[in-house]
Amino acid sequence: MGMTKSQLIQRLMEAHPDLQQKDAKTVIDTIFGEITEALARGDRVELRGFAAFSVKTRGARTGRNPRTGEEVNVPEKKVPYFKPGKEIRERLMEGNG
Amino acid sequence: MTQAGSKTLTRDDIKDAVHAKLGLSKAESGQLVEWVFSEISNTLIAGEEVKISRFGTFSVHEKKERKGRNPKTGEEVPIAARRVVTFRASPNLKKEVERGGRG
Repeated sequence: MGMTKSQLIQRLMEAHPDLQQKDAKTVIDTIFGEITEALARGDRVELRGFAAFSVKTRGARTGRNPRTGEEVNVPEKKVPYFKPGKEIRERLMEGNG
Repeated sequence: MTQAGSKTLTRDDIKDAVHAKLGLSKAESGQLVEWVFSEISNTLIAGEEVKISRFGTFSVHEKKERKGRNPKTGEEVPIAARRVVTFRASPNLKKEVERGGRG
C-alpha cells in the first residue's frame, strides 16, 4: 500500500498520455523542489485545500544527556512544519462514516 | 516556536515554475500541478501513504474517540474518532531547512 514518487510520475503519465516521461518527472521534481527551496528561504507555502508548510524555530534550550545526566546546550533549530488544509481534513472526516 | 520568513509560495508560483521549465502553456502547466495535488489528496483519503523521496512522507492516522474537556466549563465532551494527515519531513528537507536559516 502507498504511493511513491515514481508511482506518482507513472500515474501522471497515465492520466496525460501526451506527456513525455522526462516532462512528467520535471513536473513532480519542480513542485517539490519549489516547496523545498521556499522553506529553505524560511518562506511559507500555502497550497489551498491541500496543505500549508512553514518553518518553525525551536529556541535554544538546555538539555540533558539521558545517559550521564550531564547538562548540554541544545542550539536553536529550524524545522519544517505541516498543517493539512481544510478541504482534505473535511474529506477525511467524511471517509470515516 | 516562532514563525520564520515573510514571503508565501502559492499554487500559482508553482504553476509558473512548471510553465517556465516545461514550455507547455500556462493552462496546461496549471492543470498538471492541480492534478498532482488532487492525486495526492485522493490517495491519502483512500487511506494510503504518499512517499516522496528527498521531500517527505504523508500518511493518514486513525484517532480513536477519546474524552475531551471543554476548557471553559470543565465539562467532559467526547472527541469523535477521526482520521488525520501527518507529514514526516525527509532528512534532505530537514537539512535544507536547517541550513537555509543560516544564510
